[in-house]
Amino acid sequence: MDNALVASHAHTHEEEHEHVALPQHCHHFETEQQQREAGTFGMWLFLLTEIMFFGGLFFAYLLYRNWYHDAFVAASNQLSIKLGAINTAVLIGSGYFMALGVWAAEVRKKGLLVLFLVITTVLGFVFLGIKYVEYHEKWEKHHIPGEHFDVSEFVNPQAYGLKETPLAPDMAQKTQVFFSLYFAMTGMHALHMIIGIGLLFWLIWRANRGEFSSGYVAPIENFGLYWHFVDIVWIFLFPLLYLINRHPGS
Amino acid sequence: MHISPVLWQFLVKWLHASALFPSEASTIAPYTDALYFFLLLITLIGVVLVGALVFGFSIRYRAARNPVATQVEGSTLLEATWTIIPLALFLVTFVWGALLYFRIYTPPTNSMNIYIVGKQWMWKAEHPGGQHEINALHVPIGRPVQLTMISQDVFHSFSIPDFRVKREVIPGRYSTVWFEATDAGTYHIFCTQYCGTAHSAMIGDIVAMSPEDYESWTKQSTSGMSLAQNGERLFASMGCNSCHSGNAAARGPNLAGVYGSKLQLANGSQVLVNDAYLRDAILNPSQHVTAGYAPIMPTYQGQVSEDGLIDLVEYIKTLDNNYRVQQTLTTSQSDKVAPTTPGMVKP
Amino acid sequence: MSGTTSTIVNLPDQRTATMPKRDYLNNEHGLLSWLFTGDHKRIAILYLISITFFFFLGGIFAGLIRLELLTPQPDLVASDTYNKLFSLHGIIMIFLFLVPSVPATLGNFLIPIMIGAKDLAFPKINLLSWYLFMTGGVLTLTALVTGGVDTGWTFTTPLSTHYLNTNVVTAATGIFIAGFASIFTGLNFIVTIHRMRAPGMTWFRMPLFVWANYAASILMVLGTPVLAISLVLVALERTLGLGVFDPTKGGDPLLFQHLFWFYSHPAVYIMILPGMGVISEVISTFSRKRIFGYTAVAFSSVAIALFGFFVWEHHMFIMGVSNYSALVFSLLTMLVAVPSAIKIFNWAFTLQKGSITFETPMLYAFAFIGLFTIGGMTGVFLGALGMDIHLTETYFIVAHFHYVMVGGMLMAFLGGIHFWWPKMFGRMYPESLSKLSAVTSFIGFNLTFMPQFVLGYLGMPRRYHAYPPEFQVLNVLSTAGATVLGVGFLLPVLYLGWSLKYGAIAGNNPWQATGLEWQIQSPPLTENFTEIPIVTQDAYDYEWLANKTEHEVTTVG
Repeated sequence: MDNALVASHAHTHEEEHEHVALPQHCHHFETEQQQREAGTFGMWLFLLTEIMFFGGLFFAYLLYRNWYHDAFVAASNQLSIKLGAINTAVLIGSGYFMALGVWAAEVRKKGLLVLFLVITTVLGFVFLGIKYVEYHEKWEKHHIPGEHFDVSEFVNPQAYGLKETPLAPDMAQKTQVFFSLYFAMTGMHALHMIIGIGLLFWLIWRANRGEFSSGYVAPIENFGLYWHFVDIVWIFLFPLLYLINRHPGS
Repeated sequence: MHISPVLWQFLVKWLHASALFPSEASTIAPYTDALYFFLLLITLIGVVLVGALVFGFSIRYRAARNPVATQVEGSTLLEATWTIIPLALFLVTFVWGALLYFRIYTPPTNSMNIYIVGKQWMWKAEHPGGQHEINALHVPIGRPVQLTMISQDVFHSFSIPDFRVKREVIPGRYSTVWFEATDAGTYHIFCTQYCGTAHSAMIGDIVAMSPEDYESWTKQSTSGMSLAQNGERLFASMGCNSCHSGNAAARGPNLAGVYGSKLQLANGSQVLVNDAYLRDAILNPSQHVTAGYAPIMPTYQGQVSEDGLIDLVEYIKTLDNNYRVQQTLTTSQSDKVAPTTPGMVKP
Repeated sequence: MSGTTSTIVNLPDQRTATMPKRDYLNNEHGLLSWLFTGDHKRIAILYLISITFFFFLGGIFAGLIRLELLTPQPDLVASDTYNKLFSLHGIIMIFLFLVPSVPATLGNFLIPIMIGAKDLAFPKINLLSWYLFMTGGVLTLTALVTGGVDTGWTFTTPLSTHYLNTNVVTAATGIFIAGFASIFTGLNFIVTIHRMRAPGMTWFRMPLFVWANYAASILMVLGTPVLAISLVLVALERTLGLGVFDPTKGGDPLLFQHLFWFYSHPAVYIMILPGMGVISEVISTFSRKRIFGYTAVAFSSVAIALFGFFVWEHHMFIMGVSNYSALVFSLLTMLVAVPSAIKIFNWAFTLQKGSITFETPMLYAFAFIGLFTIGGMTGVFLGALGMDIHLTETYFIVAHFHYVMVGGMLMAFLGGIHFWWPKMFGRMYPESLSKLSAVTSFIGFNLTFMPQFVLGYLGMPRRYHAYPPEFQVLNVLSTAGATVLGVGFLLPVLYLGWSLKYGAIAGNNPWQATGLEWQIQSPPLTENFTEIPIVTQDAYDYEWLANKTEHEVTTVG
């Protein structure tokens, strides 16, 4: 046999690792480290995909914001900065507990891991709840794009008790573009949150069975990356949709 | 391309007669065809070269004749050769193509303007003199014609293969194309952008006529009202004249002579007033407020059809003094004394 | 080493070749063992079966289109039906056949083996990708069965959002989901190639097939999500009335064009690059020579992937984009043509001083080189700004992309299938019949699409159900060619199917090729390698192979 091709490979499991091989080690990886690196690398690539996914929306936002600046300013004033800020805090909090969860998995503390994951989930739900309140308000104000969209609040803000400069009717129509993007962007973000919460339930179940308490932390670590990414998207959405060009007194 | 004109004519005529080539019926066509033949030539050379290499090597180095291969790593010189030569050819093509593009999409200043409105599934042509045509367009030869086009619904594309011109017709904005027909005759108009069920029925004929025939055609097919006259009616009936009255104290800017001028806007920018600007200003006035005026104009989005907008634009284009505007204010019968658009020649 | 008539030579392993007792095909039995497999080879076979089905479905639509165009009058089907036919032909062929064709079948099967790995990095995600693909396919079929979709594969707004009442949302969802199948395949490849290479398998020892798939994977991972978001917006605009692309609400339909082509131009390279990888392997093997300018070919793949992201606007030259941005995109388009030219010449010069045999895969490779040269050069016509005005949206562009996609990619795919068939199933197909089918497809293809170039310059618009009578002769020619082409594509299904049971046993390395995949048994074991190889040789090192064979002859035989 040709020694170059099938020479016995030095890196066998027994020699490389003192400890017992993890049950989660997949046979097609040479080493556990290779498996973990591959997982992390794959997750980063997936996040790159996600960046491109949201990138399309951000590009549309920048374009229209440039075109319809006044409408975007007026419409963004209709968003509740208070609820947005609370949600930002909630999300950062949930990201913090997610990071603690990764730490708990690494130090192999099962109880803490489950606790942190549960808190992360709860905060995720809080975020979605607040988002629902915000969406509901838009519904009542007829700010959801489509047939029932109503611009009267922007054309005649005084009648609604708002201290806004009225928009010309044609510009007021463009607030619909803002709200289209608002719902598309926050909706896509919320969808990512919902998927994340679904995955969290699964991870909590597995963590409770002790799967991540023996040094196998890759799923927790990779989910953490995903969860932080979702946070970061919000960190971009919040200033772009709520904060920019907000003028005092509104 | 410096082909002798005789040879060129022969080639083109022969290809056309064999139904392999469209007729050259505009001033643009020979320029497009020259680039086409150049590209065909380098394609042919490329294919023959690659074919010769593949077949030549296949015969010379077939296993029966050359049982043992000689390993060759590569050659930087050869790599450079087939990087630089194609690159150079492609760059020549790029420059040539760009020059042609600018020629096709830059209308001469003396071209006459015809409006085209595309809708599912027909072309409407509106001549300044008020002649309306459906799925047909009459144009004089020997004179540059600019088409200002807009769609009422979806994307369409206005294509005249025999003139080698084409442009997308887009909802919500004017696009333009121009040509100068050289040979009298009837040619195809196609919609080339897929636009729904009857896409392939959105065709028409462009009839290029001698200037004399064209003159008599315009006389026969006039509807009695020019576009500008229609526009004047609209201008009065929609109450535009109450603000744009041309008086010193008017709430709206004076529109006489505004077309073609450089306008200072309230937001500080300066714009050239063309058809597209006028249309936008009617639909989205708050983004086009003239410096020194308040943003009080309501939007006419959804209230005027694209045809109506064309009438208004054409009316404003023809306003060189405020006499007509004053007339609309003093009499409700605005069409009694029509402004003449002599021979529909627009400067 | 090489015989004079065939490379299935009298080597020990061919003379005494038997089917191995254990391989990935018979390792486990039953349908479920396939549906829940994590084996990249079995997933490749699942993909192969699915895309073959979709290819013939799309092919039937193409056949009906050509039949309708036999006469200038709209006589065979109604206009709406015709529009659905070409829309579904495009959607199925692009998203359900061409995009997954080489990567998901040959790539899935071969990339781990070629780099000396036991599987792709994420076998479960690989399986998930097939299920996503099938879900997308089933949704598209649902759209087809419940009334069809007539947007064209381009989903142009506002036509798709406001003016059609067909199953746009279903079809868009199908494509969205199939898009994620493609993203996961690309992601899997990139991670595998980065992290799972066998010891000694450096980047510049990888076969060019791996390089090409790597480049295509970059495009899949970065381009597909942009398509996904544009389709989401189209669906939301239809269902909820969002106004991102709607001109009546202040949206800009051109934005959709930008987003759509930002994916769909790179998608062209997703489709063609893996095909180019196949050609590199085939040309090298049958000229028994290392690929001329290995690094140039490898880097040209990456260059195509990178430049490919910055040329999308050349689909919009006549759409009223700024003249100056058109200049930039035209220039970049010219640049992206150069790496393709480099590849063509490198393949041609690989033949020089080789020892060339003409097996079926080689015939397909020659067809590829010829047809892709024409397809590529006509792309330069369309990239030249002024020329594009006359040619775009006509049959010229239809002919151009069929030369690239069918003449290029499909020929490469068929060449690849014939090349690796003995490896995948351990059996040979009938040689003369397969050569006949290669020649038939080549002739049929040119007969079908060459007239379309002429039609395009004459001005016949694409997607036309009826056309002026003067175009009939060329259309009849094209339809006649399509018939021949259909036969050329049907033949392989028949004899390849036959060969599964009755074909001659191939042995490990019937072509005497150098890739790692040829050094293991055919069909391979589930785990590919009993022991992970240590790579000491470059790709396409025929001297290494000769030494190895000699060594085996003296020690074993």
